[in-house]
Amino acid sequence: MHRILAIIERDLRRFRRSPTLIIVSMIMPLVQLVVLGYAFGGKVKHLTVGVVDQDHGMPAVKLKEMFQAVAANARTFETVAYSDQGVALRDLRQGKLNAVLNIPPQFSRKVLASLDPRLALIEDNTDQFAAAALEGALTQMLAPYNQKQPGPRLSAGATLSVVEVYPYVPYIQYLLPGTIVLAIFVSAMIGGGIIYIDDKARGLHEGYLVTPIRKFELILGFNLSGAIKAVLAGFVLVTCGSLIAGIPDPFNLARLVRMLFVVVVTALALISMMFLLMVRVSDPLVPRAIFGVLNTVLFFPSGAVYPINAFPTWMKVIAVADPFTYAVHAFKELVLKNTGMVAIAPDLAFLIVFTVLAMAAATMLFRRTL
Amino acid sequence: MLGPNGAGKSTLIRMLTTLVPPTSGTARIKGFDIIRSANQVRQSIGVIPQAMTSDMDLSAEENMTIFAKLYGIPREKRRQTIKDLLAAVDLSQWADKPVKMFSGGMRRRLEIARGLVHEPKIFFLDEPTTGLDPVSRVAVWEMLSRLKRERDLTILMTTHYMDEADKLCDRIAIVDHGNLVALDSPLKLKASIPGKNVLEVSFSEVPSGWMETLKALPEVAEVKAVDHVFRISSHNGPRTTIELMETARRAGVSVTSLSVQSTTLDDVFVHYTGHQLRDALQSATGYSSAFMYERK
Repeated sequence: MHRILAIIERDLRRFRRSPTLIIVSMIMPLVQLVVLGYAFGGKVKHLTVGVVDQDHGMPAVKLKEMFQAVAANARTFETVAYSDQGVALRDLRQGKLNAVLNIPPQFSRKVLASLDPRLALIEDNTDQFAAAALEGALTQMLAPYNQKQPGPRLSAGATLSVVEVYPYVPYIQYLLPGTIVLAIFVSAMIGGGIIYIDDKARGLHEGYLVTPIRKFELILGFNLSGAIKAVLAGFVLVTCGSLIAGIPDPFNLARLVRMLFVVVVTALALISMMFLLMVRVSDPLVPRAIFGVLNTVLFFPSGAVYPINAFPTWMKVIAVADPFTYAVHAFKELVLKNTGMVAIAPDLAFLIVFTVLAMAAATMLFRRTL
Repeated sequence: MLGPNGAGKSTLIRMLTTLVPPTSGTARIKGFDIIRSANQVRQSIGVIPQAMTSDMDLSAEENMTIFAKLYGIPREKRRQTIKDLLAAVDLSQWADKPVKMFSGGMRRRLEIARGLVHEPKIFFLDEPTTGLDPVSRVAVWEMLSRLKRERDLTILMTTHYMDEADKLCDRIAIVDHGNLVALDSPLKLKASIPGKNVLEVSFSEVPSGWMETLKALPEVAEVKAVDHVFRISSHNGPRTTIELMETARRAGVSVTSLSVQSTTLDDVFVHYTGHQLRDALQSATGYSSAFMYERK
């Protein structure tokens, strides 16, 4: 035990002298939280739609008035009037417009005669987010337009009433659980990957290998010291990230304690995984080279930025084996729903089993010789 | 242990210190088998590897403390042992300073102190002074001599420096191509090669059969020609020199340079290992990298 403590003491003393590790491991996830959170979280606004009115009847005028109401209020799109459809389409192709709405000749007559009146929306579909927002806004707008007279008080058709269990979750809050796990991962990557291999390459480990320390003690010492640093990074993200993302009641003590527990378990799982990956590596360039790949392969399939249900099968397979997935899920439960331990027990069980297996495998693969 | 690059010196030390498993055979250190009882061997020995292995971010005292803990030195003994050892290597005044501020010589002295923290009786040093400036080298020599005397230490060291081996070692092993080619005290090794003096002489132009003429000079034990320089081993340097000058004058050969010196360990080394360069590819260990402060 005293040897494990000696390894931890040595690592933490170094860490205290050079706190760059914790700062670096927190800055990247925080920047990602703020930038991605606001980049993807907002509603699409100020799209430009060219309107070609070839009809000029009253129903068409009414329609254009509704467009102006949208431009003034929801501001999803603004309209530009065109008299020539060819010019409008040219502007669409040159990127001046996001879509062209064509009100065809005879539109008003067909509306009044209920003869299946149609509008044509020609859209720039290279930006699917903008196209979907535009389609949504126009479809929503057409519903009251089509309702010519008040309907019966009691509807004969089935309707859906939606009740939201939790308060509205902005995207930045949705992103926070993944960001906490990312901070822990970056810390594990630096502490368990880069620094470990650099020390090995500098010959520091040769100094330990000639002492009577056993390989299990060495691995456990490295893992625990790395986990302590990762816990620090993770917990700072839990508190600062919650404040930045505007999580309600961010310092709820019961939730903080649960979060700390998940941070510890996640840190142990990720640092064990890093040691398992690095146990036979001696080239200092390797952890640096695989950093980006690992980050992408572990972070994005975990459901941190997009629901796993939307993934193709091969990505779902990665998600099932990825410890990020379980850590992100546990943090989502705690951050967004403030659940108890029961809801996250399967996640914790996976992470604990993963830690034990990874550490056992790393110990088996670790070479006690040069 | 002396030997050219690639002779196997570091490999032998690494095997004896349990860092590299032997491909065949075994060895015993203080009665412990290096394969079967590796941990007892590690507990019995002090090792200063070729690479600088101190932690640059920690102070001298912290480096010592961590290793004392790794060797399980009890707390009450630890503080005094570290204090004594830092004093023994003249680093007491720098005990609380980070090692990254130390010179190469200071780091090497710290590592020597660190290697003795558990009071081993056998001490392995792999090229302890390579890369150090002459003043630091002398300081390390004096320190090793004093430690050896005061602590009753057995030291096995490898070196490239003949003067270091001559000054510090009771016995010298010359290793070449993985084989032990000579093992004795410096004095006996010097006596074991032909001649007491070595004459190095070069001539402007030599007639045919000149080598035989030189071999026939009085007291000459051996003559070797290296490029245009003749190395003549003699049992009586002054007498051979006088006869050489007279013979050259009679033959009309002019001497362009001449030096006479006593046999040194360099002569012994060259005698046993030859002049041939030992360029060879070495199998890269996982620990060879640009980051490593190796001193090969």
